[in-house]
Order: sequence, then structure tokens, then C-alpha cells
Amino acid sequence: MSKRIDVENLNVYYGDFLAVEDVSMGIDARSVTAFIGPSGCGKSTLLRTLNRMHEVIPGARAEGKVLLDGENLYGPGVDPVLVRSMIGMVFQRPNPFPTMSIRDNVLAGVKLNSKRISRSDADDLVEGSLQGANLWNEVKDRLDKPGSGLSGGQQQRLCIARAIAVKPEVILMDEPCSALDPISTLAIEDLISELKEEYTVVIVTHNMQQASRVSDRTAFFNIQGTGKPGKLIEYGPTAEIFSNPTEKQTEDYVSGRFG
Amino acid sequence: MSTASLRQPTSSPSPAGRRPTLTRNQKPKWLVPVIAVAAVVVGAALAALVGFSTALWAVLAAVVFLVAAPVAVSAVEGRRKGADSLMTYLVYAAFVLAVIPLISVIWTVLANGVPGLNSNLLLTSMNGVTGATDNAAAAGDGPVLGGAYHAIVGTVSITFWATLMSVPIGLLTAIYLVEYSKGGWLGKSITFFVDVMTGIPSIVAGLFAAALFGLLLGPSARFGFVAAVALTVLMIPTVVKNTEEMLKIVPNELREAAYALGVRKWRTILKVVIPTAISGIASGVTLAIARVIGETAPLLVTAGFATAINWNSFSGWMTTLPTFIYYQILTPTSPTNPDPSQQRAWAAALILILIVMLLNLLARLVARAFAPKAAGR
Amino acid sequence: MSTTLTTQESSALAEDAAAGGRAGDSVFAGFSLGAGILILASLAAVALFLFLEALPTFQASAEEITGGAGFWSYIWPMVIGTVIAALIAIVIATPIGVLVALYISHYAPPRIAKPVGYVIDLLAAIPSVIYGAWGTTVLAAALVPFYAWLTANLGFIPLFSGPASQTGKTMLTVGIVLAIMILPIITAMSREIFIQTPKLHEEAALALGATRWEMIRMTVLPFARPGIISSVMLALGRALGETMAVALVLSGGPLTASLVQSGNQTIAAEIALNFPEAYGLRLSELIAAGLILFLITLVVNMIARAIIARYKEFSGAN
Repeated sequence: MSKRIDVENLNVYYGDFLAVEDVSMGIDARSVTAFIGPSGCGKSTLLRTLNRMHEVIPGARAEGKVLLDGENLYGPGVDPVLVRSMIGMVFQRPNPFPTMSIRDNVLAGVKLNSKRISRSDADDLVEGSLQGANLWNEVKDRLDKPGSGLSGGQQQRLCIARAIAVKPEVILMDEPCSALDPISTLAIEDLISELKEEYTVVIVTHNMQQASRVSDRTAFFNIQGTGKPGKLIEYGPTAEIFSNPTEKQTEDYVSGRFG
Repeated sequence: MSTASLRQPTSSPSPAGRRPTLTRNQKPKWLVPVIAVAAVVVGAALAALVGFSTALWAVLAAVVFLVAAPVAVSAVEGRRKGADSLMTYLVYAAFVLAVIPLISVIWTVLANGVPGLNSNLLLTSMNGVTGATDNAAAAGDGPVLGGAYHAIVGTVSITFWATLMSVPIGLLTAIYLVEYSKGGWLGKSITFFVDVMTGIPSIVAGLFAAALFGLLLGPSARFGFVAAVALTVLMIPTVVKNTEEMLKIVPNELREAAYALGVRKWRTILKVVIPTAISGIASGVTLAIARVIGETAPLLVTAGFATAINWNSFSGWMTTLPTFIYYQILTPTSPTNPDPSQQRAWAAALILILIVMLLNLLARLVARAFAPKAAGR
Repeated sequence: MSTTLTTQESSALAEDAAAGGRAGDSVFAGFSLGAGILILASLAAVALFLFLEALPTFQASAEEITGGAGFWSYIWPMVIGTVIAALIAIVIATPIGVLVALYISHYAPPRIAKPVGYVIDLLAAIPSVIYGAWGTTVLAAALVPFYAWLTANLGFIPLFSGPASQTGKTMLTVGIVLAIMILPIITAMSREIFIQTPKLHEEAALALGATRWEMIRMTVLPFARPGIISSVMLALGRALGETMAVALVLSGGPLTASLVQSGNQTIAAEIALNFPEAYGLRLSELIAAGLILFLITLVVNMIARAIIARYKEFSGAN
């Protein structure tokens, strides 16, 4: 159910502007990998290239390879729609579909692929996904209510449930807790630790404590100045990055000296 | 959504022994172009069966393509992709379908209007131009006489009076709505009835003005000012709505800054609020003028029909460009030889379109030239 | 927009503050209030004067009315004609207008979408008399063979029963011209709403592996539905009240079911064609017809406003 990702010599452009330069890294299956770095260093941009969501932004393009268990996402004839159904994404701000009920939100991705899912299968899937997102007990009595009526943290977990309902190989999270209060953040962090039993998780975060709490490996990105491309500075086991980094920049950043 | 990355040359053969999953069920690149060519051929064949014409050919080819291409995509890539491609082709087809008549309208006006655009048209009226003159012109015994000068004069004077009445009323009402009535019942009902006014058919506005002056001055009261009243009714809601929008986006901090200096409210509005919003207001007024300048129906029932130049909006019948076009097409000056009338009508239509386009362009330039930087869209 | 006053402005204003008297405030407030009331009064006047001038028609005996069978049997066929013309226009223009709006908002590349949007705005500004002139000289003639084909092949349907008009100046042509006229309205309003669809929701759909159309169906259309409906209702109001396109294009006559023969008439065109020569009771009749038209469009517009108002509450809740 989960696959590894290998990024090889990836450059990401916005029009003529090189936003991320020459990134190569391997992301293990069933692990949590955190991307950290100052604002504008290209970590969110890189995350989006992992399921080709950057193509939604006009002018954005990627050069290089992203291999999902050895298969290049950017190979000829690859369908971005298929890529996205294998690599799910959770966004910075919770975004449940406002016109759909909680149940329909969870099923939204599934219904795309199999129109005729039996009622009992659907019920099982909704329960399983919501339990997987630690939300079932809170919403089981109001599955037919709109998803927008939930609290921010619950909405974000609903979005995670929606993402895991399509049974992806990888889940990408773009600062999933930045719009949430501390208690909801804790709930999401617990969930992330559980998700890695089954999925490959990649998370972008501004919060270094969060990165050290949830991730197995950490990648630190930096830019040399405005207008310069973001680069991967250091990538290694989280404990090493935070306690014993090899690069001076990383040490400055994780010790809070800048950024 | 960029597809640039699809065309990248990077190719990575999947590792041996693994079934490629990301590239399964991809349609070959040639599929859709081949269907397009086939649709054109089949369309031609079908059109030949019914009786060939280019328009029929195009329609049939499009229909064949719209059916065949999604079905083929659906067969190769699955139902979802089929639906997606069907909608994509439908969207493009709708765009083409919408553009054809619009191009035809503009082309017709240009092709028919340019030949008649001469000094006669611009500088003479229809005074003294009779069926006989047109018959002579059609027979080749002289130029097409007569023009739209009187109509241009009428358009300018009636629009002038309408603007003169509607702009102050519209501006003041918008100021009342934004600055004075803070959600009061009067403000609410004014907003509601301004909305209602937006929906008044233009001919009903004309009838209103005719009925009003009919009661005041007798049933045959028709002159330029009556038409101006009708146009005012049509113009006010546009001016109010637009000015209201523009005043609303003036930040409250500005007003508070002025109040904090002890400036009276009316001076704050005149010296701070309106200058800040003036570009938007001016461009809105220009658009409102552009809208009413093309109105025909209210003028038919209020201004009468004149062939001579009349600068006086308060007495005597008046013709404007739209009514000139209307009468020249519907009742040609010479019923046996309508061509000279048609020529004058299309040339007048060209002038009218040019005026409207220029006003629209002007509105855009005004909005851009004075636009506050941060409020740019 | 700068939110600070320059010192120059401030000092000028402060000087004014002393000079500008209290009277200025009340006079200005009075003027703006007066303008608002004037609008209310003039709308009341529209209704009142139309009603007063129309009154003789309602009091006249049936034989005096055109047609000799009373006002309602005079106006009824034209009400039907007005509605038919507007309905044809809506049926044609709604799907095309919405699809073109989608083209601009979600399909066309940005450098094409912008000028296309601008052109659509300009087209909405073309005076209706020009659409009418085009309809009667170009479109009507072009549609004659199509109508002949319709009567030959679909003539068993009453709507297309023959013999087809030889000039093409029929109800269907009117409907098509009206459709072309209201298309820019529907497109411009729908596009405004389509581009307001929250990016968050669109991305959520795409990230689930939705195709472009599935994304539109999941996020854009539910978000924009009330807006589409109200744009269609406003366009309907415009089509109902449109005069020139009908007056120029239609070769009018009594009510018939067939859309490809000459015949039928709309209220607005009836007024425009007959008003210049009308006097006495005939004048009153036409004004009464205008009153009916006013009421019809009023109802349609009220419904549109109600939908917009409900939509505002709805979007506020989210």
C-alpha cells in the first residue's frame, strides 16, 4: 500500500524563474519525511511537484525525475490525474467541499472512480477512513451534516479522511497545522504517526518542534537571497538534523538563529 | 493547467519485470487528430447526401467529431476521461458557436458601413431627400444624398440632457446610500427600487416619459427632452449602482482621519471620499452613457421622427442615430430602391458602434489612469 | 489606495473645518436624501402615469379595442409571443453562455482568456438596433434554407409546420437574435462567479485525482449555481423587454404555433411599431400593453433578486 519516492535532479520553474534547483533525495516507504526551511525556500513548491499539483499554477513546470517505486511521474504519457489519485494531498487550510455532507466529502474521491459503490461498502469505507483520521467518534452521529460545520481541526482531519479514502500510496501534507490551534495540532500530529504504519507521508512544516516530533527524516531547504532558487541543504535522520547537523546553515536554522 | 511537462523528452523505461502503472490506457497521440480528419470527411459525405453547403458541412463535421472523439477516448482511457474530453470539446465548440454570429455582426457593419461613410453622411441631414433622390442615386444619376447629421445632433443633445439629469441624481443617491443611510429602511427601499429600475424594459421607460408629458402638455408632446427623461430613468440605476460600489471601496480609515481633524461630514465626502473614488465613478458614468446612447425603443415613442436638423431639445421632433438606423431599414426613403437607405443605415450603425466602443475604451482608460495603485484588479 | 492623508491635505481640511458651517452639513445631507426620494417618487410616477394613461383602455367597451374582443384577448397573444421569443433565446443562450464562461474561466490559457473576456464585455455594449439590423438583413436570409429543411423533415411537429417563411423573418429568427444579444450577459455574469470559486476547493478536487470536468462539477458548478440562475433570470428579463431586435426582424401577425412561419408578435415590438401613429384610445391601449410588459419583467427580476439575496445568505454562512 505504500511506495517510495526518489527525486532525481529536479528543477522547478515559475515561468523563467528557477524556484527550486537540482534536488535529489530518496523518501522511504512507510516513513514520515519533513521538509523544513525559511519562507520562500521552495519546500511547498517541491511538495507539489511530487504529485504534479504544481501544474495547477499557471507557468509552473518541473524538469527532472520523480520516481514512484521506480516509475517516473514525468515520463511520457503519464496522466497527472492518475498520479494524483495515487499520491494524495492535504492542504494548508482545511478545504472540505462546502456543498457536500461529511459522508459525501469522504466519498468524493472514491465516487470519481467507481460510480456504483454499494451502500454497505460505502458505509464501511466512510467509517474506516474517518477512523483512520481519528474523526469517527466525533462525527458518526452527523454524517449527513455539511462538512463546513466542523471545527478547523475536525475539518482538517476530514480532509485527511477524504485523502486516505482513495487508498493512495503516498500522502503529502502542506503545512497541515498552520491554521489550527494547539490542541487540534496535537490531534493531527498523533494521526501522522499512525498514518506512517500504512502510508508514505511527506510533510512541509514551519514548526521545527513539529518536524522533530513527527518525522523520521528531515530535509532542510534554504535560499541565498531573494530571486535565488531554493536548494536542498541537508537531508538526513531527524535526530541528526536537529542535534548534530553537518552544515552550518542547518545548525543556524534549527537553533533559531535565523528564519 | 499546463501540459508543458507532458512533452518533456525525459523517458524512463520501467524497471524490468514491473508492469507500468502510470502510463496504462493512454490514448495514442494520433487518435484525436485522426478522428478530426475523419469527421471532416464523413461530414462532407453526409452533407453531399442532403445537398451540399459549407455551413452544413461544418455543422455535420463538428457533430460527428463531438460524438466520435469522446467515444474513442472513452474506449481507450475509460469513462471518466471520455466525459472529460466530451466537456472539453463542448466548451470549445460553444466558444466557436458564440463567436461566429458576433464576428458576422461586426463584419456586416464594417462591410456595409464603410462605403457609406462619407462627408455627405456626416455633414448633411435627410432634409429634402426624397424617394426620387434615392431612385436617381440607385439609377446611377448622382451620389447617394442625405446623411445622419441631424441624427448625430439629436443623439448628442438628448444624451447631454439625460446625463445632466441622471448624474447628479445618481451620485447624490449613491452618497446617501453609502454615507448617510446606514442600513435604514429608506436606504433599503431605495436600493430595492433601484434594482427594480435596472430591470425596466427600455420601451416602458419611453412610455413613462410619453405618458408623463402627455398628461402635462397634451397627447402629442414629443420632443428631445421627453426622450432625455426616458433615458434618465434608464441611466440612473446604472450610475447609482456603480457609484455605490466605488464609494464602498473607499477605506473607512480615510473618513476617520478626516473626522479626527474636525472636518465636517459633507466636506469629508466632497474633499476626501469622492476624489478617492472619482476614477471609478467617472468610468461608470461613461459606461452608462455608452449604454443609453444606443437605446432606440424609448426614442421611438418620445422624440418623434425628424429629417431636419434640430438643436432645440424643448421643441420639435428629433432623430437620433439608433432611430435613424431603425427607420432607414424598416421604411426606406424610396420603397422601390432601398439600397441608398440601407447604405445610410449601415454607415450610421458603424458610427454608433464606434461611439460606443470609444466610450467603453475611454471608461477603461479613465479607470486605469486614475486608479489607486493598490486597488488595481 | 493610500489610507493616509498628506499633511497638505490635512491642513487644507482643517482650515475648511472652521469655515464649513453646520448648515453645509444639513444642506448636503438634505440634497442626497432628496435625490434618493426623487428616485422612489419617479418609480412611483412610472407606475402611476402608465396606469392613468392606460385607464381608458380598461374602461372602454370590448368593441372599441383593437380586434374588437376586449383588451385581454388583444394582449394575450402578444404575451404568449413575448414569452415564446424570450424562452427560445434562453434555451439557446444558457448552455452556450455558461460553456463560454467556463472556457474563459477554466479552459482558455490566460493570455487568451483576458482579451476574450474584454470582447464579451464590448459585445454586451453593442446597441440592440444593430443586432436587429443584422438579424433582418443577414441572419433571416441565411436561415431560409434551414427552415425549409425543418418543415420538410420535422414538419409533423407543430412548432416546425410549414410552409416555411420565404424571408426568414420568423419567431425562431427572433429567438436566435435575442439569444445572441443576451449571450454576453450570461457569459459575463457567470464568468465573474466562476473565477470566484475558491482555489482551495478546486485544488482539493484535483488532488483527489479529479479530471478537469470532474473538478468543475464538484466545486465550480455547485458554488456558482445560484449565480448562474440569477444571470439567466436577468437575461430573461432583458429578452422579454427587448424591442428593436423583434420590431426589425419579425414579420408579425396573429398567434401561430409554428416558429418558422411569419406571425406572432411581442408586446414591445407592437408598441414600437404602432406608437408613432397612434392617438386617442389606441395610444392608451399601447400604454396598457407597456404596463403589462412592465409587470412581467418586474416579476422575473424580483425572482432573480430573491435568488441573489438567498445566495448571499448562503455564502455568508460558509
